[in-house]
Amino acid sequence: MKDQGMSVIVRTITRFVYGLIIVFGFYVIMHGHLTPGGGFQGGAVVASAFALLLVAFGSAGLKGRINLHWLQSLEEVGALAFLALGFLGIGTAFFYNLFAGSGGFLFGASVPNPGHPNPGIFTAGGTVPLMNWAVGLKVMTGIAAVVIIMLVGSRKEEAE
Amino acid sequence: MTALTTHAPVLLIAVPLLGAFAAPLVGKLGRGVRNTLIGLIVLFVALLAALLAVDVFGAGGAPTVYELGGGTFTFPLSGGQIPVRILFEVDGMSAFMGLITALIVLTGAVFSFSYWKERSGGNLYFSLFLLLTAGIFGMQLTGDMFNFFVFLEITSIAAAGLVGFRVWLKQSQEAGFKVMAMYTLSGLFVLLAVGLLYGQHGHLNIATLASSITGGLVDMIALGLLLTGLAMKAGAVPMHMWAPDAYGEAPAPTSAVLVANSQASLYGLFRILFTLFGASVSPSALGWIVIVLALLTIFVGVTMALIQHDLKRLVAYGAVSQIGYMMLGVGVGLAVSATKPGYGLVAMQGGIFHMLNDAACVGLLFFASGAVIRASGTRDLNRMGGLGHRMMWTSIFFAIGAVALAGVPPFNGFASKYLIYEASFKLSPFLAVIAVLSSILLLAVFVKAFQAAFLGPKTDATAHVSDPSVGMMVPMAALVLVILVFGLFPGFFVDHIVTPAAKALWLGRDAYIGAVLGGI
Amino acid sequence: MNIGNLPFVVAALLVVFGLYTLLFKRNLIKLVIGITLIETGVNLFLVTLGYRTGGISPIYTYAPEAQQMVLPTPQALTLTSIVIGLATTALLLSFAVFVHRHYGTLDVRKVKELKG
Repeated sequence: MKDQGMSVIVRTITRFVYGLIIVFGFYVIMHGHLTPGGGFQGGAVVASAFALLLVAFGSAGLKGRINLHWLQSLEEVGALAFLALGFLGIGTAFFYNLFAGSGGFLFGASVPNPGHPNPGIFTAGGTVPLMNWAVGLKVMTGIAAVVIIMLVGSRKEEAE
Repeated sequence: MTALTTHAPVLLIAVPLLGAFAAPLVGKLGRGVRNTLIGLIVLFVALLAALLAVDVFGAGGAPTVYELGGGTFTFPLSGGQIPVRILFEVDGMSAFMGLITALIVLTGAVFSFSYWKERSGGNLYFSLFLLLTAGIFGMQLTGDMFNFFVFLEITSIAAAGLVGFRVWLKQSQEAGFKVMAMYTLSGLFVLLAVGLLYGQHGHLNIATLASSITGGLVDMIALGLLLTGLAMKAGAVPMHMWAPDAYGEAPAPTSAVLVANSQASLYGLFRILFTLFGASVSPSALGWIVIVLALLTIFVGVTMALIQHDLKRLVAYGAVSQIGYMMLGVGVGLAVSATKPGYGLVAMQGGIFHMLNDAACVGLLFFASGAVIRASGTRDLNRMGGLGHRMMWTSIFFAIGAVALAGVPPFNGFASKYLIYEASFKLSPFLAVIAVLSSILLLAVFVKAFQAAFLGPKTDATAHVSDPSVGMMVPMAALVLVILVFGLFPGFFVDHIVTPAAKALWLGRDAYIGAVLGGI
Repeated sequence: MNIGNLPFVVAALLVVFGLYTLLFKRNLIKLVIGITLIETGVNLFLVTLGYRTGGISPIYTYAPEAQQMVLPTPQALTLTSIVIGLATTALLLSFAVFVHRHYGTLDVRKVKELKG
């Protein structure tokens, strides 16, 4: 079973395309509070770019470049950031949206109709976009780690 | 302190989650730091569970409502408002289950510290352990049907991960696959039922659903699916095939927490039968279905335990049969809840008290089995022998746990089983006969196990064993203390802890709905 | 065009096919596919619950005025269910890989060390 990846055509196109997929994934994560998407969806898109790299170049091509421990540490940072954002508003309740409508710089712009949905202003929303980023980080690193472990782990077993 | 009590429902879930996510990072700093952090978290959780129980029992059993995410509503709601956010509603029964879970998690975590002393991989193990804890508390404290499903799936994934944790043993991988497949199937049945209820009535909150369920065809289908899914997860026969594999192949400290997991899904089943469908379905039909399932579970569990020669599988079948006793007690209470005679409350008290006693006894048995298997290096009863000479304390603890589980006075198993025998005899003598016979069979099973493992001459293979370290003995001693105290003073505990829970489940449906919707 | 109850029928068919696969197939990977089929059927059922005839997608940004939207809650429920399905499938497949490594076969009838 060759682990050199796929043919030259596939590798050339992948080098060109994977950056675009990652950018699209980040767009889906960042605009989760306005358009369909959010943390999990955008994270899955970025992880699919990573899976494309893995399939096109094979595990040999990615051997020295991806550090599994970094991926797992980033995953835990994402999870802890999500919980920390939940604890921020503990004075009122858990998951209370502390920044919405407060006028601060961290996504606190006020919305024309307070108490109603956001009609398209990017910097409004409070802790919701921040939680989207935390979840997106966790999902993209988590799924990438799962894909690597499943692919590399099974290859190593065949080599024995 | 009042701030802690107000936020206790959500802190009981959020703090173990924090520990689960932080454990791998903190574990890189060293084993002692990680153990300290996890010990602090587990102690904090136990304190919160005690505070919550004192608060709910002290208020005369009135449920407390916690809104997740904002202070927009004050509960109970006034005229015509419907609850929008996810609510946590803690009544007497939820607080009681929280106490059981806190006890099992505290002793399990302390046992795990010394169980993983000489092996690596403990970081991920504790991460999964705390995730399972958070999921079990979530199942017990939530007041929203879909939130219940989400926590059910969290516990399924964490429990299956723990069952298959030791990847170098081939039986544990097979057990992990079977467990994960059965748990997922049961979760999908529950999700289908939640979807049906949402489509029919339009809301997901348990109290609001309870006030609008009518008993039509869609509600009946949802009830059937929920009954099947939750009984499958609790381990009731005929869907118990995963249970001996799961309890037997998991590492010893987690088998006790898996039993708490099954009890939590049993709590969900009771919540649905009593609160959601209490007023719209004939309770005697439902009660008799539960009683039939309970009798099957008791009988099959004990008879399958007779033929086992693997120590942990034997204890696992014992645990399966005890789930049947809890279902029998509460089933009798459900069957007579139309007329509500006096023995109905006694049956409920017996079934609910048995949850606590069973958790303590089975936990003690699993810990002792784990210590025995670790010391002698084998799980087969035919090859063990003569361990009682060297492991004196472990053999005493095992004997106490086994005798208490079989229902012999003066231990706590007798107190709860006597209530169950008395009440089920009044409903139908056949039930009590089967229950008593199965208890006697269980005693015979454990006598056989004790004789095979601990009695007999000293063999050469076991010449080097000794009592396990202090870290493993302290949780076992704590559980023995619980067994003795609850057995010698059962009346005090039944009056103060069990009766508020039983009354909240049996009579408290209107109070549960009224705490959210305000006087219907 | 009135599609009537067709999505509900399709969701029920998917669940039935998944249950058939789970009960009658012997390969471990086929069992995982069966569970995924049941999950897909249940997700389709959940999304169809929220459909209102003539409704548009429930997005507030630049939505046209005075237009009925389909219900957004079932879509949130389905999203949660898809995420849970991902974690479940990943765990099941990892166990299948380890079973193959230990037993050398993926046939359910031969992986029976734990009996009785």
